[in-house]
Amino acid sequence: MASGCWSLPDALCHFPSLESSTLRTMRKTVDGGFRDLVRTYSDWIDAATAPLQVALNTLEDAFTNTPWIVVLVVLLALVWGASRDWRIVVGTTLAMLMIGWMDLWDDTMVTLAMVSVCTAIAVVIGLPIGIIAARSDRMQKIVNPVLDVMQTLPSFVYLIPVVVIFGIGKVPGMIAVVIYAVPPMIRLTNLGIRMVDAEVLEAAEAFGSSAWQKLWNVQLPLALPALMTGVNQTIMMSLSMVVVASMVGVGGLGKNVLQAINNQFFTMGFLNGFALVAIAIVFDRASQAFGHRLQKHREVRHD
Amino acid sequence: MTDQTVTIAEEDDSVPAGPGIEIKNLYKIFGPDPKRWIGEVKKGMSKEELNRKHGHVLGLTDISLSMPPGKITVIMGLSGSGKSTLIRHVNGLIAPTAGEIICDDADVCQMTEQELRHFRRARTAMVFQKFALLPHRTVLENTCYGLDIQGVPRAKSEPEARRWIDRVGLRGFEDNYPSQLSGGMQQRVGLARALTTDADILLMDEAFSALDPLIRLDMQAVLLELQEELQKTIVFITHDLDEALRLGDRIAILRDGRLEQVGTGQQIVQNPANDYVTAFVREVNRGRVLQAATVARPLPESNLPDMKLSGKLVLEEAARRMISAGASEALVVGARNNPRGVLNVSDVLAAMVQPTETTSSQPKGG
Repeated sequence: MASGCWSLPDALCHFPSLESSTLRTMRKTVDGGFRDLVRTYSDWIDAATAPLQVALNTLEDAFTNTPWIVVLVVLLALVWGASRDWRIVVGTTLAMLMIGWMDLWDDTMVTLAMVSVCTAIAVVIGLPIGIIAARSDRMQKIVNPVLDVMQTLPSFVYLIPVVVIFGIGKVPGMIAVVIYAVPPMIRLTNLGIRMVDAEVLEAAEAFGSSAWQKLWNVQLPLALPALMTGVNQTIMMSLSMVVVASMVGVGGLGKNVLQAINNQFFTMGFLNGFALVAIAIVFDRASQAFGHRLQKHREVRHD
Repeated sequence: MTDQTVTIAEEDDSVPAGPGIEIKNLYKIFGPDPKRWIGEVKKGMSKEELNRKHGHVLGLTDISLSMPPGKITVIMGLSGSGKSTLIRHVNGLIAPTAGEIICDDADVCQMTEQELRHFRRARTAMVFQKFALLPHRTVLENTCYGLDIQGVPRAKSEPEARRWIDRVGLRGFEDNYPSQLSGGMQQRVGLARALTTDADILLMDEAFSALDPLIRLDMQAVLLELQEELQKTIVFITHDLDEALRLGDRIAILRDGRLEQVGTGQQIVQNPANDYVTAFVREVNRGRVLQAATVARPLPESNLPDMKLSGKLVLEEAARRMISAGASEALVVGARNNPRGVLNVSDVLAAMVQPTETTSSQPKGG
């Protein structure tokens, strides 16, 4: 032992960690306490998440039970409405038709339902937090480390308590996706508002704007490119997270990918993976084109 | 020579009713704890000492300035002189460390947040150096902006906005975005936006400094023409003495946060208060700034010359007319044609070429 220790005392050579029995007791206590807590309040938790569960199920049913041609037409109309770009519409048509031919239509619909809900929730949560963080440096100092943790903590780790609390199903999956997808929305909202030209803001102040008027007339419109990037990133991260969420019972393309991993189904994995990529590209192009269209004042530059 | 001249430039200026702005003993210290050092500064601690020993920056020192109603008061100074800080005190964008700004018997510095917002909406409008237009709004929407904030419906604000867009010469550009306009045109939008709220105090922070020289002259003319009719209380910030002389009914020269001299353009060019002002004034084209009334001699007992010249004429023009008329002396008359003094060619020449006596040994710069 001394030879591996460069003749150092034992305490400096092998880290003086806690006794393994102590650690075991600690783990048991925390886990047990947590589980008991959840059991005590399980009725309350179920009641609180029930509406969410119903909403998710309803939306999923709406996506899967509607005839595919109707869904496709609505989707294309949305894409056209957002982008006004026929190339994106044609691309979307091709992508969706390919997905249908490969018999992935229903799974794709489940995923789309999940992603739209998660994105909406992430934006609704992220935007106000980003605005608050932009308004106060102290708030930013609190929010930033939390976001760092949310983005670096492996998602499996926070899936454990989520599953303990909510069980297996769509709600825990949704929570996992939102936790993963909300940081870019908060960060980019914060950044976008902080980057707004100080002189324009001062002008708003000089004409007697209230805080709300400044936010609504100046900060949000001028931060729009950053906000749109935030929404775009949130969509992308939701899409990439649905595979992980399938581990806690979310269906759709993610579940197929998970099965393919477990059974080494090479083709099935790739087909489902590409279906995810295809809808990611559709969402990305459509949302970016929408962002550009909102900023038509930037198109023509004088000098 | 200077002691013989009659300064009558201000004499025939009637004072219109309206609010003037009275700045009294204004101090501004920047730093973490300005109140702590204000006593020392009032006792005479220097800017350098405050900065070196206590890490605070002295922005403005003991500014007392009255800005008459309906007139253009120009605050002139180089960068870092505190002129932008000073103008931001007038509408409370910056709060002073000590002092008062009285407008209509109310102290702007004592206003609550809400009173201040109301004051800004109703009484002041501001034009900015870099225009500060909202890029996502069209010219028309930008011009409506001040009224939007006040909650005026577009049905009411739009005709008003269109009227001012017309007045600043932007008819036909209502639906353009600011990025589609040149700098000069953007600042016209800035001006229209400020005029549309019909505030009686107009704050112009280096409003024309970012423009090309020719466009700047153009905008100065636009402003003077509008002011002729509107008679607003204008506070105009500039670093350019020529601009100050062209626009200012009153000029305040600011240096390192202190007022060096306050007076009419004529007074400042003819009698600079100190070396710093003298150095500035030396670069001025005196023939195009000094007016006949400024250099005219007092009226003699008899033998008034036949030729009459308006007291407002600049010397160059006065000289041109005297030469073409072949006169060596002319009678300077005021606004209502009453005689004010006598101007002769040699006085004109002397005033145009001769720097004031105090300048002769002073080095340039400041």
